[in-house]
Amino acid sequence: MKKLINLVDAIVDEAGDGLAAAHPDLVRYQRDPRVVYRAGSPIRGKTALVSGGGSGHEPLHGGFVGLGMLNAACPGEVFTSPVPDQMESAARLVDGGAGILFIVKNYTGDVMNFDLAAELLRADDIAVSTVLVADDVAVKDSLYTAGRRGVGATVFVEKIAGAAAERGASLAEVERIAQKVAAEGRSMGMALTSCTVPAKGSPTFELGATEIEIGIGIHGEPGRERTALREAREIVETLVRASADDLELRRGERVIVMTNGMGGTPLLELYVAHRDVDRMLRDRGIQVAGALVGNYITSLDMQGCSVTLLRVDDELLDLWHAPVHTPALRWGV
Amino acid sequence: MPGAHAVSTFVERFAAAVDAHSQELTELDSAIGDADHGINLQRGMRAAVERLPENGAPPAAILKAVASALISKTGGASGPLYGTAFLRASQAVAGCDVLEPRDVARMFRAALDGIHERGKAEPGDKTMVDAFTPAVDALEAGVARGDDLRTALSAAAEAASAGSDATIPLVARKGRASYLGERSREHRDPGSRSAALLFAAAAEALAE
Repeated sequence: MKKLINLVDAIVDEAGDGLAAAHPDLVRYQRDPRVVYRAGSPIRGKTALVSGGGSGHEPLHGGFVGLGMLNAACPGEVFTSPVPDQMESAARLVDGGAGILFIVKNYTGDVMNFDLAAELLRADDIAVSTVLVADDVAVKDSLYTAGRRGVGATVFVEKIAGAAAERGASLAEVERIAQKVAAEGRSMGMALTSCTVPAKGSPTFELGATEIEIGIGIHGEPGRERTALREAREIVETLVRASADDLELRRGERVIVMTNGMGGTPLLELYVAHRDVDRMLRDRGIQVAGALVGNYITSLDMQGCSVTLLRVDDELLDLWHAPVHTPALRWGV
Repeated sequence: MPGAHAVSTFVERFAAAVDAHSQELTELDSAIGDADHGINLQRGMRAAVERLPENGAPPAAILKAVASALISKTGGASGPLYGTAFLRASQAVAGCDVLEPRDVARMFRAALDGIHERGKAEPGDKTMVDAFTPAVDALEAGVARGDDLRTALSAAAEAASAGSDATIPLVARKGRASYLGERSREHRDPGSRSAALLFAAAAEALAE
């Protein structure tokens, strides 16, 4: 394994320092407990959005702190949920008196740690609501699993709910919009290679030279099936169909689509994939009302991609186009 | 009867076992989870040992310090689960300077109840509960029979180990391993392995 590392135990803090050094106008980094928060916090009277999760998915979540998106992000160790101390500290740093919305990806550890933090904050009379993102259609949503994993739709929840909060929406209203986005988003991913967790130093799973994993999770969790490498268009078709069918998308409906890199995929290949995503949706009579192509929710150095579809109406589309200024997403300002 | 010293030793032995088996726990977790169980629990238990109170603190205070270290340093699912277990264990022995066999049994039952409430897992879901449940049952049965602590805790440790073995053929229904469905069969649940280490440490340290 070769990685750009000073000390393996320091990577989360050193990356946090680097993010703050690169964007002093946008974010600050607190080392203990670990919180990335918006410069100029707290903002009086604004509903505050706090998210977080294991590190290794950059730019999620710290790269989405700033105007029109998150107020704070809590980075855990690599692929490990943050601890309640972090969310409690983040909430206190950004609480403007209008309440806190936790945006939580549906993983057992994240859910338990955010729940503990919400209990601690409510005991101090801080209003906290939680939206759970569970959009990965590779996982059967049933009583026999922990439910679907939270993946790409998280980016859309943070952007769109963040825009609503920036316009002054109440906690209840921001929560309603966040729930609506979470309900209308679906994703599926695939891997060409495994990721390598720095503290472990070897690949999380083995894939043969011509094998791919369809339905991969962002921590290298195995997916639906392991198959032979195929042309990009066939792979993309599998991903798009899974989400479109699950959403029961009909002709004439509008979507925002994200063709997302897993961290180690060249943009050249992502644009090839996106071309096929776009064509496939148009062939189905779906209107592509917005698109993101790039690395937004990654899995360290994994090669591969995911496709997220979000069904939108005028309300969500208007909030999508609202100004945003964060380290990793910026338009309209 | 075990007192504060034995409880501290129990914590240190468990931490040492997690250190020694960290690689193994992480490898079990990379097969069906997210490859962080050994690393996380090692970080949490090292913090717990550093935060052990000075001599003179009662068992409940020691267990509470462990709980707070685990909750604030571990992350993942194992932090809240083991943290809640130690917190409930601490509450169960509040006011005790030495632990009678029935106190030890009550302490571990409270820990299991806490894990159950936090994680909502049932026996057979392929989780730490599958090692913890038979261990607590064996401990209670031994204590009810009038066995000494050494015998009852040895039986608990064996039951935990057997319970962990029994997770191998199961299909996971909780945690990240549940995403694998049938593919989670023929793998040992990593949380059940760490729970077996916990009962082995208890059998060594609390039987004095």
